[in-house]
Amino acid sequence: MSFLELRRVSKSYGEGATEVHALADIDLSVDRGSLVAVMGPSGSGKSTLLTIAGSLEKPTSGEVLIDGAALQTMSHNDKARLRRRTIGYVFQDFNLLAGLTAVENVSLPLELDGVQARKAHVAGMSALEELGLADRATHYPDELSGGERQRVAIARAVVGERHLLLADEPSGALDSTNGEAVMRMILAACKQGVAAVVVTHDAQLASWADRVVFLRDGRVIDQTVPPPSPESLLEPGPEPSKR
Amino acid sequence: MSVRHALLALLSEGPKYGLQLRQEFESGTGEIWLLNIGQVYTTLQRLERDGLIESDEPEREGPQNGFRITESGSAELSAWLSTPPDMTSPPRDELVIKVLSALRVPGVDVHDVIQIHRRYLVELMQQWTRLKEDEADFDLQFALVVDAELFRLDAIVRWLDTADGRLKRAALEPHAQPAMPRLARRLVVRR
Repeated sequence: MSFLELRRVSKSYGEGATEVHALADIDLSVDRGSLVAVMGPSGSGKSTLLTIAGSLEKPTSGEVLIDGAALQTMSHNDKARLRRRTIGYVFQDFNLLAGLTAVENVSLPLELDGVQARKAHVAGMSALEELGLADRATHYPDELSGGERQRVAIARAVVGERHLLLADEPSGALDSTNGEAVMRMILAACKQGVAAVVVTHDAQLASWADRVVFLRDGRVIDQTVPPPSPESLLEPGPEPSKR
Repeated sequence: MSVRHALLALLSEGPKYGLQLRQEFESGTGEIWLLNIGQVYTTLQRLERDGLIESDEPEREGPQNGFRITESGSAELSAWLSTPPDMTSPPRDELVIKVLSALRVPGVDVHDVIQIHRRYLVELMQQWTRLKEDEADFDLQFALVVDAELFRLDAIVRWLDTADGRLKRAALEPHAQPAMPRLARRLVVRR
């Protein structure tokens, strides 16, 4: 069953002659345990799609359902709770709070949700440990490298019992090795049952996904079909010596 | 891909038998490039004829015959390693021709054509990435080969993305296009 579902979602800004259609009739569903990449150029509506899926913005029309519940019928408080408990966000520029250490950044969503500080700290430490950052837990963001900051951001997005991970260009300005490490972490979260959406213009990042959806001018124009077994790539071609 | 030079590289480590060379060639390419033993022996015979390797028993063929690299073989190998492959000729890539042709065919939307190829490439990349996910951590050679393939495909996707954007802008400002530089025109004509 789909954990995240967008039904005929449209979003426009402005009115009349200045009206801009950022998204038009988007249908998208993401199952638990699956990773969907949304690929498109700048201005194609990728980030808008993500903020609407994450309840940070309302669609002009259409419906968003998370775990079967329609966002539009939820109260403000229910949505806030959903954002704290269920949804993890990863942003391009990490968005870590500079005045908090790595572990404080990671445990903050739990504390905001009323979890006891000590328990939140333990959960934060275990998320950092899983991402190989235990020894950096007491460092502040400006004492961490770009790759470490992004790992902290991912730890914050998956800490607790999150079921939906939304990532906007999660490898940011990282090099390809760190970008790959980020995608491996997101994939590991999916293997634990998380539903994830990654928006990116980068085909190498997108190729980690189970399904790639192509966005152009606010519309889904195409998507990949589930790839056949990769073993077919290793069968000897007609003239392998020319490869 | 030069099997000839890859075999020289393996022999530069020390004398080896034909079967051993095949096995090391295949494991050294992450088992992505498979060789049949006939191809190995034919290549070895040519290398021997050219004086780049020597065999233990020149008259004897088969798995028990060992080979070693000669001085001129080492010189050839070293020259090959440091000579960049020829990438200077203007691209005659079929995909480029398809996109250029799509611009001319009435009733065909070039953006649709671009998307068909983009999707195909991304699907291929998904397959290669699956291999990386499963095995690459355990085998350095395999990881290098898969990365090379992913970067090659990625470069083509980037070209398609750039072409898509360029064509879109050109359609919005049809009169703002600069004339094609003379050199570029000549390259097109030479195809």
